[in-house]
Amino acid sequence: MRPAPRGTGGDEKPVGDMNMRPDPIQRIDTAFFWEACERGEFVAQKCEKCDVLWHPPRPICPTCHSNEKTTQKLSGKGKLLSWVRQVTPAAFGFSESPIAALIELEEGIRLVSNLEGVAVEDIVIGMAVMVDFAQTSGGKAVPIFRAAEAS
Amino acid sequence: MVDSSRQAAIVGIGQTEFSKNSGRSEQQLAAEAILLACQDAGIDPSDIDGMTTFSLDNSDEVDVMRSLGCKEINYTTRLPQGGASSVATIVHAKNAVESGMCDVFVIWRAMNERSQYRFGQPAMTISPDAHSSTFLEWCFPFGAQTPAAWEALSCGPYLDKYGVTSEDLGRIAVLMRKHAATNPDAWFFEKPITLEDHQASRWIIEPWLHLLDCCQESDGGVALVITRMDKAADLKQKPVRILGAEYSFLFNHEIISDFYEGDLIHSDISERVAEKLVASSGIAPKDTDVAMIYDNFTPQILRQLEGFGYCGIGEAKDFIKDGHMELDGKSPLSPNGGLMGEGYIHGMNNITEGVRQVRGTAANQVKDVETVFLASGVAGAIIGK
Repeated sequence: MRPAPRGTGGDEKPVGDMNMRPDPIQRIDTAFFWEACERGEFVAQKCEKCDVLWHPPRPICPTCHSNEKTTQKLSGKGKLLSWVRQVTPAAFGFSESPIAALIELEEGIRLVSNLEGVAVEDIVIGMAVMVDFAQTSGGKAVPIFRAAEAS
Repeated sequence: MVDSSRQAAIVGIGQTEFSKNSGRSEQQLAAEAILLACQDAGIDPSDIDGMTTFSLDNSDEVDVMRSLGCKEINYTTRLPQGGASSVATIVHAKNAVESGMCDVFVIWRAMNERSQYRFGQPAMTISPDAHSSTFLEWCFPFGAQTPAAWEALSCGPYLDKYGVTSEDLGRIAVLMRKHAATNPDAWFFEKPITLEDHQASRWIIEPWLHLLDCCQESDGGVALVITRMDKAADLKQKPVRILGAEYSFLFNHEIISDFYEGDLIHSDISERVAEKLVASSGIAPKDTDVAMIYDNFTPQILRQLEGFGYCGIGEAKDFIKDGHMELDGKSPLSPNGGLMGEGYIHGMNNITEGVRQVRGTAANQVKDVETVFLASGVAGAIIGK
């Protein structure tokens, strides 16, 4: 369940800059998502014709097969479905392994992100979260989540 | 179902030793395993006329043919989706020989995934592409970078909902190591563990996976030879028939990073595979005599047991605890010790163990085995006498 080999193994310590989050790997069909993050916008792909949101993005709409795509700005509100912390080996590119989180947005789509600013003992499955952004090593940005403030 | 004389059967199995440092190339491991499988069957490797492996395997078909002296192959294909496709190889082998396209079909998987690279650790040089890795784009910058992290993230909602404890998961690891302890081919031969050992093992992924919840990283090669029953009569081994073999994959799902579809509780794909197996073979997985179920990480056993219909939703932890998967239980689980205890050749060593159980030649032989269930999430097969 794992991509192809990549160099010599045997060392459990992560290598590289220990304090910088890896840049997102952008592809032609997904760059819009990461470019929006750089502008501080949190968006999802939307089919122009049938008005359905999709994540991860895809080149054509699986419902109506239109390739007329647009984006929709998201509320940034969601809830926590699941979380993990990659202890061994420590997460590459981070001074301390972050809390990786599976988030379900109020618009109905899910994405993997981080939960920041919450102590492990305070994490509750189903807790309300709100989007923020984090910088990456190459000056890009990714969406992360924090506990939503009680309104 | 096909006419019984045209039914596919596994007639040869081969494997190298399972180690942490094979000291030779993956290509050599592949060639050795295939040769052993042919010798086991009593088949001349030059008669091989079809082959498959994983898309992630590093040995090229050209080189395999060169090593074994294969004259001509009629069919070759590679399967995506990593270890989830281990049992899917049986689907392709069955169709290739029953259709008449091939007479002698070989499956192999060979890897130095401990000494040459690390399957369980973050990959620095890969890019999202068709090799079962497009999901990396959506995980890597968030520090979810290993198979254990993806698995735990997708199983979390299930484990949380049914109150599965670390001890519940540990009982699976203890069972696998108990079986491995009396299997001389297992890396963990004579090395059983206790639940206390499991609890004391270091965290791999908080809050779910300790070291002993994870399969091994192993070096080794495994191969199988499949032909039709009409060809099997003249061979060395009593054939092990492929009574049913089914694969399913469903919209918007992923393999280990299966985050985006469904309720994250039910294993929709395994349920579908079980349904198709009952329709094609007339046999339900739970009614077989041995369960060889892909054990990359302990939670995966629980989810597959429920998906394939061994017990109801949320009941798998108690199904294990109640002893049903011990060697003398009603559905013994991986008597070889599985991928945790014997070795991790991407699931294929669980298939060879299934064949040995039907033959009656396994180290930990279950009594009176008529049928064995082989499972790897998206694929399942029932083999038998």
